[in-house]
Amino acid sequence: MIEERFDAIVVGAGMAGNAAALTMAKRGMKVLQLERGEYPGSKNVQGAILYADMLEKLIPEFREEAPLERHVIEQRFWMMDDRSHVGMHYRSDEFNEERPNRYTIIRAQFDKWFSSKVREAGATLLCETTVTELVRDERERIVGVRTDRRDGEIHADVVVLAEGVNGLLGTRAGLRARPRPDNVALAVKEMHFLPRETIEARFNLKGDEGVVIEAAGTISRGMTGMGFIYANKECISLGIGCLVADFQRTGQTPYGLLDQFKSHPSVAPLVAGTEVKEYSAHLIPEGGYKSIPQLYGEGWVVVGDAAQLNNAIHREGSNLAMTSGRIAAEAIGLVKSRGEPMSAANLSIYKKMLDDSFVIKDLKKYKDLPPLMHTQSQNFFLTYPQLISKAMQNFVRVDGTPKAEKEKATLKSFVKARSWAGLFGDACRFARAWR
Amino acid sequence: MNVESPVRVEDKLYYNRYLVDIGHPHVKVRAHTTPSPQLLALLKACPARCYELNDNGQVEITVDGCIECGTCRVIAEPTGDIEWSHPRGGYGVQFKFG
Repeated sequence: MIEERFDAIVVGAGMAGNAAALTMAKRGMKVLQLERGEYPGSKNVQGAILYADMLEKLIPEFREEAPLERHVIEQRFWMMDDRSHVGMHYRSDEFNEERPNRYTIIRAQFDKWFSSKVREAGATLLCETTVTELVRDERERIVGVRTDRRDGEIHADVVVLAEGVNGLLGTRAGLRARPRPDNVALAVKEMHFLPRETIEARFNLKGDEGVVIEAAGTISRGMTGMGFIYANKECISLGIGCLVADFQRTGQTPYGLLDQFKSHPSVAPLVAGTEVKEYSAHLIPEGGYKSIPQLYGEGWVVVGDAAQLNNAIHREGSNLAMTSGRIAAEAIGLVKSRGEPMSAANLSIYKKMLDDSFVIKDLKKYKDLPPLMHTQSQNFFLTYPQLISKAMQNFVRVDGTPKAEKEKATLKSFVKARSWAGLFGDACRFARAWR
Repeated sequence: MNVESPVRVEDKLYYNRYLVDIGHPHVKVRAHTTPSPQLLALLKACPARCYELNDNGQVEITVDGCIECGTCRVIAEPTGDIEWSHPRGGYGVQFKFG
């Protein structure tokens, strides 16, 4: 056993773990952070978009130092059928601001930098160390962790579980349930490299301006899912994800979906001639508010993806991870400053603080959307995109048909596919879940 | 419609960097004679195509190309069909970009 005793052990060096470790180390706490990868970020996968505000609260000067790719000035939403897309683009020069609101990043590089700040603040980081078990005392309180190193038992007052969506420790110890196939999406991603001038020309950008494209429709073949294309400096992140339960039900392959997305006539020109340098996959927590587990207990708290803190509707995850990591660390700091034990009763302040933050407020707002999207996936991801595409084509193609007839045909196609009651019901259900 | 994908996953995995822990597979398939529906689902759902049928119709795993997403754990751990752990510290896939 490692004799040294720590105030806190943080399991994982992703967004949540780094935010927690940094916050505690800055308060002068003795923090040990454990990471199973070769370096921080080597096991982490994300699209990835970084929301500046949440990082700024941790590292105000991050813009001068962090490895950022492009600041996002344009957001495109595409609704796709097999040969077309109906798009909404929002582009604003206001995003070319002094302190941009969001950036594209490359997680492995970003996490390495983030971790360097955590170590500068005084935390001890041990990489290539897989935590195998949580250690309990005779009163069933969590008092440390066991690792796969020799003499690998380490003790601390509190353990912060920042082990990610697929974290084993919390589930093995019975602190929370294993993610269910209908609560997590599997996303696959490729990194496509191109000269930066080519990227700027293809996406209509200059300098470090960036674009993100989120796409839904027949690309997920009736499953609940989305595709994404993010422009980085010299590469494009391109991926697609669907609920694991849908993959299980349909027998579709993730790489088949990815390659079909890539070859879609709206996408193919953007990635023509690229050199692919990595293929990755990751689970995304999609269950929302109703899938959030118990967040604290005797000697432990759980943060980030491990706690299912992800806003699937707004595609916000790492900022919720950073925020929950920071808030957990502040709560722990509060308990410590009072000289009190890290008991469940004392740590419950973490949940109170999180409930008061945008993290839980946002997830609560959309609590009914994940199940709706899941049960209605055929309509939302197959029928409507096809109908809307046809309607658009009908609207723009000029062929001598009187407009009134065209409109009638469009309306008829909607009613035929979903019926009046179905259309009305879908609209009501969606509005109610969104409210 | 389920079309057998012509995509060669092996080519995709070739882009990645791995430190293979020879002799210590982190995922194991329970011995079986007839695969369960959950095990069969892994043949398609695994994004690295680590799961394959052998000549006797049983599901086998080769973990070398595993990208550690956990999809198989979510599908087949509850039924006891597989045992899932993380690779030992430092081993497994090492993303350069993530």
